[in-house]
Amino acid sequence: MSVTASNVEPGVSIAGVGDYLELMKPRVMSLVVFTAFVGLLIAPGHLHPVIGLTALICIAVGAGAAGALNMWYDADIDARMARTSARPIPAGRLAPGEALAFGLTLAAFSVVVLGLLVNVIAAALLAVTIAFYVVVYTMWLKRSTPQNIVIGGAAGALPPMIGWAAASGSLAIEPVVLFLIIFFWTPPHFWALSLYRTADYARAGIPMLPVVAGERETRRQILLYTLILAPLGVAPWLLGYAGMPYGVVAVAGGAAMIALALRLRGEARGHAASKQMFGFSILYLFLLFAMLLVDRVSAELFGRFAA
Amino acid sequence: MTTSEIMNEQKPDTGIKLTEQQLRARRARSIAIAVSLGALVILFYIVTLVKGPGVLVRPL
Repeated sequence: MSVTASNVEPGVSIAGVGDYLELMKPRVMSLVVFTAFVGLLIAPGHLHPVIGLTALICIAVGAGAAGALNMWYDADIDARMARTSARPIPAGRLAPGEALAFGLTLAAFSVVVLGLLVNVIAAALLAVTIAFYVVVYTMWLKRSTPQNIVIGGAAGALPPMIGWAAASGSLAIEPVVLFLIIFFWTPPHFWALSLYRTADYARAGIPMLPVVAGERETRRQILLYTLILAPLGVAPWLLGYAGMPYGVVAVAGGAAMIALALRLRGEARGHAASKQMFGFSILYLFLLFAMLLVDRVSAELFGRFAA
Repeated sequence: MTTSEIMNEQKPDTGIKLTEQQLRARRARSIAIAVSLGALVILFYIVTLVKGPGVLVRPL
């Protein structure tokens, strides 16, 4: 094609593969895959490793699709926040339309492939998760209510149920308890973050709890949710589908979470306690699910040795 | 004007010129799409072997 400098098309994308991967929120995706993996592993019945891996890939891609669609819709507020202004769309490396097309394509593929190769219940749950995160949380709640991350947290809490459904083809009380753990973990986790990012959220016009109700009320609510979360964390042990090691970690972790929430409640100035609460909340959730994993794997191993 | 003269006549430049950066990015994206589609084909093939030929024939 003969060309001149005058007809250079500035709108042609310069987005690289890395930009598309960034759209998928890999850190969120890794937590989603981990919790889904635990749900999949502790479910009853035998699942062929290939089918299990297929389920995890679909869940990962579905989570990535939700992340991409979130970044497409939120590009305007992402540009106004320090934490998110370097994301591919606000940074100008990727056009909004590209993110939309990418997200919709991945969402459709992940749900259809999960339905065809694993089972329809898991696929339906994945579709609900994506739709809930994008439509209910991102498009509706996030900009309209301080309860945004409370209700929207349901989307992040669903992956263990998807994993369980993928393995067993049904649902039961166990994955619902895992759902509740993540659901009640989300508010203390995100509100601790928002306490030291209040100015950022206020600038972007997002009605996070500290922006709307103030830091004092946020600290009070963090404590309330933590008081519900700690016993819920112990529930898998009390209900008998996790062993003593899990119970010990859940009790100790829950006590530490409550202690941090109390310290945060009494913090007069600075944000050391909120940063500590945010950091520890990630470790706490990781430990709970890791212990479920250890519990299951050790039960399998001991079962084999016993046999 | 003869037919050969008409055929040899230069058309005005209306095409889009891609910069080196755009060409590199497009190539990388194309390879990523090809790899993804290849992986999807292999996945369906392996799952068909695992589940048997009746991969689509199963209760809901």
